[in-house]
Amino acid sequence: MDNNNRKAWLYLLPAFLFLGVFMIYPLVDVFIYSFEEGYNFASQSYFGTGGYNYSYVLHDTYFLQALKNTFILVIITVPLSTGLALLISLGLSSIKPLRDLYQTVFFLPYVTNTLAVGMVFMVLFKKTAYSDGLVNLLITKLGGTSVDFINGPYWAKMMVMCIYTVWIVMPFKILILTSALASVNPLYYNAAKVDGTSKFRIFYKITLPMISPMIFYLVITGFIGAFKAYADEVAIFGTDLNAAKMNTIVGYVYDMLYGDSGGYPSFGAAAAIILFAIVLTITVINLLVSRKHVTYA
Amino acid sequence: MNTEYEKIERNTLIRERVRKGIIYTCLTIWAILVLFPFYWMLLTSIKGYSAYNGEYIPKFYTLSPTLENYSQAFTAVSLGKYLLNTVIFTLATTALMIVVITLAAFAFARLQFRGKNLVFALFLSLMMIPNELVVITNFVTVTNLNMRNTFLGLILPSITSVFYIYLLKENFALIPDDLYYAAKVDGTSDLRYLRKVMIPICKPTMVTIIILKVIECWNSYVWPRLITDDANYFLVSNGIQELRENGMGRENIPLMMAAVVAISLPLIVLFIIFRKKIMAGVARGGTKG
Amino acid sequence: MKVVLEHLTKRFPSRNKKSNEEVIAANDLTFEIPDGKLIGLLGPSGCGKSTTLNMISGLLKPTEGKIFFGEDDVTDLPAEHRGVGLVFQSYALYPHLTVRQNITFPLENLKGDKKLTKEQMAEKALEAAKLVQIDQLMDRKPSELSGGQQQRVAIARALVKMPKVLLLDEPLSNLDARLRLQTREELRRIQRETGITTIFVTHDQEEAMSISDSIVVMKDGLVHQIGKPQEVYDNPVNLFVAKFLGTPPINVFQGSVRGKDIYIGEEKVLETNSLQLSNDSDVVVAVRPEGFLLDENGPLTLNLDRVEVMGRDISVVSTHPDCENASIRSIIDSDNEVNTDSKTVRFSLKPKKMHIFNKETGERIPFTVK
Repeated sequence: MDNNNRKAWLYLLPAFLFLGVFMIYPLVDVFIYSFEEGYNFASQSYFGTGGYNYSYVLHDTYFLQALKNTFILVIITVPLSTGLALLISLGLSSIKPLRDLYQTVFFLPYVTNTLAVGMVFMVLFKKTAYSDGLVNLLITKLGGTSVDFINGPYWAKMMVMCIYTVWIVMPFKILILTSALASVNPLYYNAAKVDGTSKFRIFYKITLPMISPMIFYLVITGFIGAFKAYADEVAIFGTDLNAAKMNTIVGYVYDMLYGDSGGYPSFGAAAAIILFAIVLTITVINLLVSRKHVTYA
Repeated sequence: MNTEYEKIERNTLIRERVRKGIIYTCLTIWAILVLFPFYWMLLTSIKGYSAYNGEYIPKFYTLSPTLENYSQAFTAVSLGKYLLNTVIFTLATTALMIVVITLAAFAFARLQFRGKNLVFALFLSLMMIPNELVVITNFVTVTNLNMRNTFLGLILPSITSVFYIYLLKENFALIPDDLYYAAKVDGTSDLRYLRKVMIPICKPTMVTIIILKVIECWNSYVWPRLITDDANYFLVSNGIQELRENGMGRENIPLMMAAVVAISLPLIVLFIIFRKKIMAGVARGGTKG
Repeated sequence: MKVVLEHLTKRFPSRNKKSNEEVIAANDLTFEIPDGKLIGLLGPSGCGKSTTLNMISGLLKPTEGKIFFGEDDVTDLPAEHRGVGLVFQSYALYPHLTVRQNITFPLENLKGDKKLTKEQMAEKALEAAKLVQIDQLMDRKPSELSGGQQQRVAIARALVKMPKVLLLDEPLSNLDARLRLQTREELRRIQRETGITTIFVTHDQEEAMSISDSIVVMKDGLVHQIGKPQEVYDNPVNLFVAKFLGTPPINVFQGSVRGKDIYIGEEKVLETNSLQLSNDSDVVVAVRPEGFLLDENGPLTLNLDRVEVMGRDISVVSTHPDCENASIRSIIDSDNEVNTDSKTVRFSLKPKKMHIFNKETGERIPFTVK
């Protein structure tokens, strides 16, 4: 038995070693950092312990901008992408010919480098001296006035951001929802059909409750994912997100470690913990809400 | 003959056709929205620099395709180097991770040891920890170890994944105990049993994990960006970002698009080959978490 | 409402992509189900009975042929508009709805002048629930019910809208043996009370025989025989029907006809008056278990294996070299006494309980006795 014990720990050793160094220790450390006031990476010094870091972060206009951006992004993209994905999945599951082809095409964005494709979006939306860009061309054709979506007004930038985020998260949601729809026993649909149920009512009364756990799962993971948005922003607006007023909370955390602000990990730590607290709160709220509305049959 | 029935039949037929028409139209629209950026990047990448800049109204086709941008991407910009770095990073990370998580999953699934349940529960709770929370300290750790701008520094923090250990452990646990005891009776060592029985049986899950990890590695941006500022260690994401902000890609959009195509292509090819496996894997990985 | 099937055919494309052969699940079915009757579609699995039911319900489109409800052609009418009630083999109760919501579900679909108020719906739902005796369970979820209770909910849901036709797909197969007996009586009662034309599918011949007004015996997509259970049992058109009906199963011997006499082996088991067979030939002789009479001088000699006393009856188990069945079961009155020490037992046969069949086609060869 003792021998067995030792052997088991031996198998676990590599995993625990890495987890210990790169996950558990940092987890403790990040809290320590967050209370070491104004710790500077270059000088390796701080001027006291306490809640100053949090107060600094919460008063930092860059952070507040990032917070605002992140919330807008979350509130727009999560419902939009989930709803759209649901519609597309419903469409997909009610056709037979070409279904495989559509599914494959729809999944494509999942396997592409976000940075790379983000740049294509930038090119499409960008207005330069040479050209208004394709999207603006379309807008003017439809009788609108062209807008610089990349360096222009805030709402335009936010719109591009939301469009790209939705584009990039759709494949996963479509995939999950199509498999959820496929797992509903067709017997229920037959039963409902024989009982003269309309298509809409079948969807509302049978399909929706039956896939509600999956929708709920997507909403939660969607919230978490959108709160952690960062790379997509960089792809479109470049690394200096503060200048573009397009920073996100995660972007703020990273900027604190690196680049212009010169390495203030304690501010970054405070921001990261605030982000974690927000995500946790929203997840808990989601869980409470779902208890009432989600059917686990 | 019941005329009311005939009316219902006719209406149903029409409604069904209209419905199908609408569905196909919507799906096709979305398919175009998905494919268009890919088309555009391919198209732009084969337009000449001057031709591109000469188009005030972008053209949807080109009559004089050129591969010049590609050759430039590999010569003027060290895209080849970035690609190679990324391949090394992806292969090394994935290979090491598979070894580490297989051993851990085996211990949790197969071996008996004191405190196993408690350890596993604590272990699972780690899944809730977002990367953003630990990245700060990891950055400091790797810097203090003088591992910035090294492959080790890039690779080490992403070698373990609690989620993949969990996924694999669940899969291992499905293998009946009898097989293990039968192997024991035959004098098979644990490691041999793992290699000869468990891994082959759980190959689909292992393949899923490998695919997911490869995609993740190929697209990883944040950590490499923090840990490398020497272009010799850039991965494709950082390389392309650098190219866009400070390099030639700033004005030379066709060149940048050629680079974008070059770094997107490997995963797309991989996807087209393993289409079914990848989609099934992502669905499985996604719904278990 | 009477249901008429005319040349109804359903072909499925072959699952094997290479061969173009189609699978014919239902082949040229033509029969009429009279108004208000209980009909059993009976056959081994894969005989096309469920396909037939699904075509009547509208869930499957026939490849050829027509379906009439009364005088109306409903062949192309979608299931939603047919007004049938369907009870699924696995019940298909909506797991997220309570019993009450499940039963009310079809009523909420009614539109136009058929639309009901909430009170009317509640009343009708309760009525249906009372009919199947589940009115105590209205607020439970299906997962909290036993198999038999779920079954009743499924029936109530199918009945609540007063369907023109009630269809049941293997309604009893998921119940245990005792519940099955009880529920089939129940089914009969409900059908009688409502008077709704009812078609049910089963592979269990006993079930079909015991409650149906008539049975339709199917095999390989073809209807072999239609009739009242007793008629079909007594006068099977072919060997398949004879073998399929009856428990214990009919005993099948390789025999022959010489002149007007029927032989099993070298023993002349029956002399007939007239027999529709021109030449002497080998035939199949089938005898119902209740067709044996213990008779010391009887023409048929069997090798006695054992005797099982079942109270009212005695079951004599024996063997015979020319018999297809592994053992021959003969059910005789318990007044008889069988000498269990003897190695053989001799029987004479009741002409009405035996049939002869063409060896190649399996068709029955009618005969009469003096």
